[in-house]
Amino acid sequence: MNIYGIMAIYKFEMARTFRTLMQSIASPVLSTSLYFIVFGTAIGSRMGEIDGVSYAAFIIPGLVMLSLLSESISNASFGIFFPKFSGTIYEVLSAPVSPFEIVAGYVGAAATKSVMLGLLILLTAKLFVDYTIVHPFWMLAFLVMTAVTFSLFGFIIGIWADDFQKLQVIPLMVITPLTFLGGAFYSINMLPEPWQTISLFNPVVYLVSGFRWAFYGVADVNVVLSLGMTTLFMVTCLVIISWIFRTGYRIRS
Amino acid sequence: MPHIIQVKDLNKTYDSGFTALRGVNLDIRRGEIFALLGPNGAGKTTLISIICGIARGSSGSVSADGFDIASDYRMARTKIGLVPQELTTDAFETVWATVNFSRGLFGKAPDKAYIEQILKQLSLWDKRHAKMRELSGGMKRRVMIAKALSHEPEILFLDEPTAGVDVELRKDMWEMVRQLRENGVTIILTTHYIEEAEEMADRIGVIRKGEIILVEEKQALMSKLGKKSLSLHLTEPLSEIPPTLSEFNLFLEEGGDYLRFEYESAQSDQVALLLSRMNESGIAIKDLNSSESSLEDIFVELVQEQ
Repeated sequence: MNIYGIMAIYKFEMARTFRTLMQSIASPVLSTSLYFIVFGTAIGSRMGEIDGVSYAAFIIPGLVMLSLLSESISNASFGIFFPKFSGTIYEVLSAPVSPFEIVAGYVGAAATKSVMLGLLILLTAKLFVDYTIVHPFWMLAFLVMTAVTFSLFGFIIGIWADDFQKLQVIPLMVITPLTFLGGAFYSINMLPEPWQTISLFNPVVYLVSGFRWAFYGVADVNVVLSLGMTTLFMVTCLVIISWIFRTGYRIRS
Repeated sequence: MPHIIQVKDLNKTYDSGFTALRGVNLDIRRGEIFALLGPNGAGKTTLISIICGIARGSSGSVSADGFDIASDYRMARTKIGLVPQELTTDAFETVWATVNFSRGLFGKAPDKAYIEQILKQLSLWDKRHAKMRELSGGMKRRVMIAKALSHEPEILFLDEPTAGVDVELRKDMWEMVRQLRENGVTIILTTHYIEEAEEMADRIGVIRKGEIILVEEKQALMSKLGKKSLSLHLTEPLSEIPPTLSEFNLFLEEGGDYLRFEYESAQSDQVALLLSRMNESGIAIKDLNSSESSLEDIFVELVQEQ
């Protein structure tokens, strides 16, 4: 195992985060604060409780997920896309690092950033809303699992994308709608049929629901199912990535 | 002693259908400087990319210091340092960070003293805190070399190391390459400047359209192929070559206004002899211009021979 190699990639990626602190950390925190002010405080004060939780507190897990998904994807996809774009990937490809080590470095750093960001958003939320976390261990477990899974997904997008537009298209056209429709701002039980059933095909529903369960002990879908779906998505990403390295798809001609 | 690099029946066809390498066999001797010459698109970079692990061969095998580059890629790649042709660097990284990054990537424990030594050798020490984008092209090239040397490779690939590099840096680089060879590093460089190969290499390989068409000791190749040409602009046109000059390989051109003398690099003393003989025969010249056969000319000849 080339530990120095993993550490080199990891440190390189983390240095990039801290170099672009405003973009990486400050702007998602700011935009989340805006959501809290608008949905939590202004609109939320006029809404009733959902499942016994105040609306402002109800949306916290969803808002964290919203940032976590989009940041994991954008961090990881940019991390691998940019060396490919600039050509510096040659060094990683010619180095004695295995695919696992490459992924551990890039995805590990992207997931670390996302987890840091998620915790930062939770701290920010404390300024606006008083909330409790019933299952802190599971909260952290969902946070880490989701960050890793979507960083893996971002890594795939970064490999697949051969221009900047493709880099943006999946997060923008697929992930954002799925997150907004995934119960971040409402319980899917509030939806009329057939939308409630259709929502069950949205993987983000399971992430948000599981995450919310860790906070308040209430969920739209069974928490075991949430855990299972997250694991399934992670395994799918791992299978795709192993295929990428086996075939050299878009990285090694 | 086995060859440090062995390439056997290597073929490469890209997905687009373009065949970049055809049955390449090449053995690099331990400790030599090997120059791979070829025109653009001949397959030089493809060959290097496959040996270094950046691209995959379609068939055939390559080993580095006895380790197969596919099944034993970790050991094989640890032995190799690569300075690619393109100046691809991380614009926002400092020199110090990027060179240490390379060392870590290749699995070596941090060694500040060693990195300091490399940076000093390459006159980069004063620039260690500079960001890559602040450096000139020549300085970037040096950083690329420092990165390649950061993990103490036994084999160093230099892909067009002096393309777009000024004379001073070129001389520095040649000096550095000799120094590395003295330290036991095997060096493979690609170039399309015959002068560079002539200056540095022990052996020269010529690649054309994906095939190695010749591998030879430099001395042998130079005397065989290094042709020079001297063009003399005459004051008075000649209608034919005077018998006094018949022993020289001369051609009359442009209606007798120009006299062209072709000779081998090894016989440059012939030039003085020709000029004095012309002087004795009363043939005056207005101007003269000498040129060396370019690599392209050599290719044309090689192809015609086959």
